[in-house]
Amino acid sequence: MTATTLRQRGPKHLLSMADLDRNDIEQILNLTESFAEVGERSIPRVPALRGKTIAWLFYEDSTRTRLSFETAAKRLSADTMNFSVASSSVSKGESLRDTVETIAAMGIEGIVVRHGAAGAPRQVSEWTDASVVNAGDGWHQHPTQSLLDLYTARQHLDELEGKHIAIVGDIKHSRVARSNALGFSAMGARVTLVAPPTLLPSTLDGWPVEATHDLDAVLEDLDICYLLRMQLERQGQAVVPSLREYHTEYGLTSARADRLPNDALIMHPGPMNRGVEIAGEVADRPAAVITEQVANGVSVRMAVLFLLLGSGLDVVDEQRAIA
Amino acid sequence: MSADIAITNGTIVDAGGIRRADLRIENGVVVEVGEKLDGDTVIDADGLVVSPGFVDLHTHLREPGDEEAETIQTGSRGAALGGFTACVAMPNTNPAMDSLAVVQQVLDAASDALCEIVPSAAMTIGRAGEQLAPMAELVRAGVRVFTDDGTGLQNDRLMRTALDYARGLDHLTDGFHVVLAQHCEVESLAAGGVMHEGEWSSVLGVPAQPAEAEELMVMRDIALARLTGGRVHFQHVSTRGSVSMIREAKAAGLAITAEATTHHFTLDHSACRTYDPAFKVHPPLRTQDDVAAIKAGLLDGTIDAIATDHAPHTRQAKERPFLTAPPGMLGLETAFAVANTELGADIEHLVRLLSVNPARIAGIDDRHGGTIEAGRPANLTVVDLDDEWTVTGAAMASRSTNTPYEGRTVRGSVRHTFWNGEQVVDMGEATR
Repeated sequence: MTATTLRQRGPKHLLSMADLDRNDIEQILNLTESFAEVGERSIPRVPALRGKTIAWLFYEDSTRTRLSFETAAKRLSADTMNFSVASSSVSKGESLRDTVETIAAMGIEGIVVRHGAAGAPRQVSEWTDASVVNAGDGWHQHPTQSLLDLYTARQHLDELEGKHIAIVGDIKHSRVARSNALGFSAMGARVTLVAPPTLLPSTLDGWPVEATHDLDAVLEDLDICYLLRMQLERQGQAVVPSLREYHTEYGLTSARADRLPNDALIMHPGPMNRGVEIAGEVADRPAAVITEQVANGVSVRMAVLFLLLGSGLDVVDEQRAIA
Repeated sequence: MSADIAITNGTIVDAGGIRRADLRIENGVVVEVGEKLDGDTVIDADGLVVSPGFVDLHTHLREPGDEEAETIQTGSRGAALGGFTACVAMPNTNPAMDSLAVVQQVLDAASDALCEIVPSAAMTIGRAGEQLAPMAELVRAGVRVFTDDGTGLQNDRLMRTALDYARGLDHLTDGFHVVLAQHCEVESLAAGGVMHEGEWSSVLGVPAQPAEAEELMVMRDIALARLTGGRVHFQHVSTRGSVSMIREAKAAGLAITAEATTHHFTLDHSACRTYDPAFKVHPPLRTQDDVAAIKAGLLDGTIDAIATDHAPHTRQAKERPFLTAPPGMLGLETAFAVANTELGADIEHLVRLLSVNPARIAGIDDRHGGTIEAGRPANLTVVDLDDEWTVTGAAMASRSTNTPYEGRTVRGSVRHTFWNGEQVVDMGEATR
């Protein structure tokens, strides 16, 4: 049965959406539903990971992802350990391996890694017996963000097969774009990247997507308009002439939002630059499910941590155990 | 009279071609080449090839400054094991080899080396690209190759000045034209990219640099060579575009030369897919198409020499993330075998690429490369073209282990190396 695929394949780590096929993703999203129910209880806590220890290894600043993972771990009754890393210690020459082996020596089952360098979580996974979850690595991947986006989209659209999502903005420097291009296409959705050439990788070979420089050309066909955060410093790197021009050409203005189909979703991984990639008013429309994405993040991360660190029961039993 | 050594029954391959002959070494010099020679020691080279010792135009020995990664002694031992009798030491040491004092320090440290250490010197003070190093003084001390390797000299006018100035040094070198060796990489376009810009960097989310970051500087330096008549050597050429520009410029009669590394004609950017910093190198591993172009350039003579760009790094340095780990790979102990296995060149051409041409480029062909004949210093290597072995970083003489060929089976091994008549490698083992 497909629902046990992920467990049977025995993945220890979640490093990239490329690690997951459609069945894996569906399994995680189904489990997420069960955990979302836990979140609604008066005491939103289950003993599923009691006695397990998870370490946070965040080499890059993060508030929302970190809090979301912490909340997820607490609701699963896991113990957590924060290894505080100065953001510059690796560039000062510290061996990442030494750090990982130090943490692992304390006896842990999971490490959640965020790192400014693409591939760092994969290296970490080679140096420890613990399960590694990638909480964002450079421009590469941020798989739990993609899973929570898929969950949120599925809640509203029911089925992602055949749906059309545009991912708009700074694709080149975005781990969210790389994750969602894989995640949405794995679920059968059609993915169109929308950006000026300076914000796209020089080639999209190997990406299961289409691309355009013309947002207006795709608006009316969309089921999801997914906006990426425009890094304000990109203006200084001269990849766009100005934020004003970016907003005019690629921002989801009120006029553009009006042209989206009625039931289309507006999504954003946060934090938003209102007035840059999205007009302030548009972010507050009912079609914008941005705060729902945040709420779902906790449930998705519960599902991921549980699947990687859980008891080894098959999924049906696991769902019963937490019911 | 000192003891002599005869190498018998081997096939001699040198600048003169290929022939069956014995040779006899005495007092560090080849004293006789002929038939049925005898000596106090006889080395049977039946089935083996006797070549002039290999010459590496591009070796990072890390001393002074990073002796935990390599020393001149350990690096030269690896060189000897790889069949090299001379290594051009790159000047990006710490401090940089930009003054007589540091060059002298390197020469002093080379007193116990197992091959000749030929110091190059930085083109600019501190390799900072701002002020020329004291070139005449360094040339008087024996330096023939100048390079800011690790970076290219970005400033167009300063590069022109260096080429012009170097033309005025011929009277110090018996007419040899001092070489300006360039690491071609336009920094503003490379923009800190740590791998080749292409489909792999796109998927991996790794900051990348396009082939054009190299090619723009190749183009500029060809133009400046034309303008000044100065002698430019292109280091570690890695792209198809560079190869074709160099081919065209040579056809037009410019006095330029070029080298390519073994990794640039055997590995491509897909090797970076596991983020293993063993595959991080500058210039970066390119595409299969570039790999094919480098091979073709080596085979048709566009690229004159195989160089190693031997770049040792400690384990801890290579255990940083791909983005921040230092670039570079070991090469001395694998270059011959990898080239013999992968290039598709016959042994005569391999000897040109590994010995004859680089010796000429470095200005040391009075004692390396060339032909094996009576009166020449006995800098020789004896190789087995068919022996297969498996590459293991931990088994190397280098202090570091960062080979990109770990676990790969290669064909061709170095059996003996003679440096100035001393047998520094015997049956594949260093003698000291």
